[in-house]
Amino acid sequence: MKEIPFETVKDTVAKLCMDANFDIGDDIIDALKHAVEIEESPTGKDILKQILENDRISHEEKVAACQDTGFAVFWVEIGSELRISGGELYDAIKQGVVKGYKEGYLRKSIVEDPLRRKNTGDNTPPIIYTDIVPGDKLKITVQPKGGGAENMSEVKMLTPADGAEGFKDFVVDRVRRSKANPCPPVIVGAAIGGTFEKCAMLAKKAQLRKVGSVHPDPFYADMEKELLERINNLGIGPQGLGGRVTALAVFVEAFPCHIATMPCAVNMCCHASRHKTAIL
Amino acid sequence: MVKNITTPLTDELVAGLHAGDSVLISGTIYTGRDLAHKRLVEALTAGKDLPFDLKGAVIYYVGPAPAPPGKPIGSAGPTTSYRMDPYTPLLLEKGLKGMVGKGNRGQSVLDAIKKYKAVYFAAVGGAAALISGSIKAAKVIAYDELGPEAVRELQVENFPAIVVDDIYGEDLYEKGTARYRKE
Ligand code: SF4
Repeated sequence: MKEIPFETVKDTVAKLCMDANFDIGDDIIDALKHAVEIEESPTGKDILKQILENDRISHEEKVAACQDTGFAVFWVEIGSELRISGGELYDAIKQGVVKGYKEGYLRKSIVEDPLRRKNTGDNTPPIIYTDIVPGDKLKITVQPKGGGAENMSEVKMLTPADGAEGFKDFVVDRVRRSKANPCPPVIVGAAIGGTFEKCAMLAKKAQLRKVGSVHPDPFYADMEKELLERINNLGIGPQGLGGRVTALAVFVEAFPCHIATMPCAVNMCCHASRHKTAIL
Repeated sequence: MVKNITTPLTDELVAGLHAGDSVLISGTIYTGRDLAHKRLVEALTAGKDLPFDLKGAVIYYVGPAPAPPGKPIGSAGPTTSYRMDPYTPLLLEKGLKGMVGKGNRGQSVLDAIKKYKAVYFAAVGGAAALISGSIKAAKVIAYDELGPEAVRELQVENFPAIVVDDIYGEDLYEKGTARYRKE
């Protein structure tokens, strides 16, 4: 059984939190550059250039690309042939978040209780989703998630009769109603199937895909294309001030579901879509 | 054309701003978001003094990241404005002239903007590292215990923003979206 020291996990997590907030992915930078080319609104073009300049400063000066450095969400794949020595995995991740958010001067955005709203002061607890997988590797992905785009997300229990059209209309309508709030251009994570909570999780996980990647299932690849076109015809544009580029990508995840159900979810993400992965 | 404006804002200055104008703001502005707004309104309702003079003031909806060594402030982009809507009309009635945030406002705020002659600016959400370069000094003046939500007094130079809602009832979100919609 492979052993991974507690401290290694903690330090890795701390670095992932900082890197995610300082380094917007190349896929997004490329998509933003392309957006500058195709955007018709002069204000929109200007905004896209400001975002690119922002992401350059963030990368070079190692400062947070967005001040909302988010809820620290983790997707962890734990090989069944490994164990953490010197402590518990959840603690290591939590302490890594404390360290990363402190050393990176990242904002502490978590309140202890949703109604009494006292800041925890160290951006914990993180949210951790785990999968047990074969092998002896530990794969950790952090996805800091800001509040503005999260607030524009929704789960809806459609019925099987609503079909593909119902799902597509739901996704497009969710973006339409979000207007400027999730800091467009956005990345739309959409999911269909599973159960109520599984669907929501898949919509969030969908955003980990690379912008520009094509869905492996041609049926959904076509749907993603159609959705992106419909969303970009809404006219919302960069920052909602009008324009051609409302979304940089639409990612759809599907999962088997019950004969009576058709859960649908949209998790919105802003252009500051942040995620970083490490494999130990 | 980019307009240079200086705080505090006057009726005259606000009257010259139109939805779609790009502006560079210089002078003193104050930060305030969800919990700070709640407290400001509670103080006003209880007849207490506010931590800053509202007359002609500009509030920036932001909860900045902590300042790294050698910088006055960390990344500091706008947060979504509609969450401040329940508190905004009263602040406008008491003299607030400008708000900087992102995202659409509710009807009660749009009405109050017209009625009390104020202006709502958008800054680019997510351009926080870029925007923080225009903030030259920052100090907490109230509610320190709220961490990122404390009220800060900022000295800004050429802070980039766009006029979204003006005193004439124009709204750039509506106007811009209608212009590029293809449905
Ligand atoms: S929606 Fe994204 S870019 Fe906008 S403020 Fe929130 S985290 Fe930042």
